[in-house]
Amino acid sequence: MLKVRIAKRRDGFALDAQFEVPTPGVVALFGRSGCGKTTAVNIISGLLAADSAYIELDGQVLTDTTAGIAIPPEQRRIGYVFQDGRLFPHMSVLRNLEYGLERTRASRLAITVDQIVSLLGLHQLLQRQPYQLSGGERQRVSLGRALLSQPALLLLDEPLAALDAARREEVLPYLERLRDNLSIPMVYVSHQFDEVLQLATHVVLMDAGHVVAQGPLSQVSLVPQLRAIVGPDSIGAVVDGVVTSVDASGAMAVIRVGSGLLNVSVPPVNVGDRVRVQLLARDIILATEEPRGLSVRNQLRGVITSVVDDEDDARLVTVDVGGSNVLSRVTRGAVEALSLQSGSSVWVLVKAVSTRGHAFRLGSG
Amino acid sequence: MHLTPAELDALRLSLSVAARSVLFSLPFAILIAWLLTRGRFAGRWLLDALVHLPLVLPPVAVGYVLLLLFGNNGPIGGWLENHVGIQLAFSTAGAALATAVMAFPLMVRSIRLALENVDPGLEAAARTLGAKPLDRFFTITLPLIIPGVIAGAVTAFAAGLGEFGAVITFASNIPGITRTIPLALYTAIQSPGGDDQALRLAVMSFVLGLTGLLLAELLARRARHLVGR
Repeated sequence: MLKVRIAKRRDGFALDAQFEVPTPGVVALFGRSGCGKTTAVNIISGLLAADSAYIELDGQVLTDTTAGIAIPPEQRRIGYVFQDGRLFPHMSVLRNLEYGLERTRASRLAITVDQIVSLLGLHQLLQRQPYQLSGGERQRVSLGRALLSQPALLLLDEPLAALDAARREEVLPYLERLRDNLSIPMVYVSHQFDEVLQLATHVVLMDAGHVVAQGPLSQVSLVPQLRAIVGPDSIGAVVDGVVTSVDASGAMAVIRVGSGLLNVSVPPVNVGDRVRVQLLARDIILATEEPRGLSVRNQLRGVITSVVDDEDDARLVTVDVGGSNVLSRVTRGAVEALSLQSGSSVWVLVKAVSTRGHAFRLGSG
Repeated sequence: MHLTPAELDALRLSLSVAARSVLFSLPFAILIAWLLTRGRFAGRWLLDALVHLPLVLPPVAVGYVLLLLFGNNGPIGGWLENHVGIQLAFSTAGAALATAVMAFPLMVRSIRLALENVDPGLEAAARTLGAKPLDRFFTITLPLIIPGVIAGAVTAFAAGLGEFGAVITFASNIPGITRTIPLALYTAIQSPGGDDQALRLAVMSFVLGLTGLLLAELLARRARHLVGR
């Protein structure tokens, strides 16, 4: 468990955040630029002092301003991957990787150079100097360097923000491999929702220095405040499902969501894999009667749990489809015409294609 | 050009005085530069002004202050003579001290400039990787400022070869002990018929100074390459 309670005031900006997340796991600190995410991780790392703070990792208190506890960063065992990499320019890649390793007690060694080199594909880079690396390579080395210091927690401050789209796609799979292969808790700062979708198990949603929601991604994806940050076209329930069958081409799979089944196009998967899909709210149609003769193959039965106002005269409707929730964005007129309200029984229609690009493999079942 | 024994003496003394002054003051220059860049304390501006004072004072005044402090009857000089058995005034070591004080601001400025160019984020990164303060300084900060340190040291050395006012005031003009090239040059100018001698010494100064500056540039380039810039 990572427990964080921090407050800091600085020229007109007030950070006052509190969250608790299970470890290991990847918690995304998500919010707009300037909402205090980086300040929060700097305080967790110990590099920045807070006005008041309590930080506890797996039972060990790292900071407690009321008790006068402040373990210095060099003794925290917290790895930090900075947005700009911060490789030491006068050392080779190998020397950079070994820097933290050499400063770790032998009894704590669990991750080896060989392991990191193969996980992050660094073979070709070891003898190079940092100025000879591309942006993506630099971030991979930076990741490896932090991991080799044998951290109990890894902080990643927008590690992909300085990279172009192609480089981001190059580094993301490595982050997934780390999440799946090493049981190191990570705090991942991002303002890109697709990164959160791909990596996070938990989300702490921040806005203007405050935490507005926290919990598993599937839960936070339903929070109406998310709408203001990601925009009307990107909001939608995130659902983790298990693959029950794959068609001959391997591109379409049937996954179990709640009590129903969904056809989705997916990256190559096997039966039994857990996949994550985001069902965009704008792509979900609600019906009060069982629809017949439609080309839409995905139909789930559910019960409305909430209807909230959205901008542009729209409503966000949350539907429980038997253990999982989905979010639909419909017009106010439709809500009134169909008299949709909490407790109404509805059919949820999802176009299979609408999940394209939002299905992620979460590992084998 | 064949050098006379007196010229050789002056050359040897100039090199020795300049080298000693640099070796002695380098660690202090790094410390002061670090304090001025990274330190947060009340009297920082005072320290800054004090370090730069030799740049704006007449060198003779600096020599005179040294004489008051480190002379045989001065508070520090007296103590040194009685307890350690070192006499600074009118000695080669004294000439080195006077030279060091005069060249100190040049060295500090160069090192400070280099320190200001070191990204504090790199030191923070080293911190999260488990490096304690001294460890960080010697493995990250110092290697990154080496070009500036070398440039500062060589500039101070080259400037030290020519220091006149502070040396002659504090250490006097004693052949073989404190008569460096500029002092020998001054002596030659003062002596009737010393024009040829003076010209030869002036040429020596010119060659030495130019060599020093070229060396500084060369070393700094090599060092910059080593730290990957």
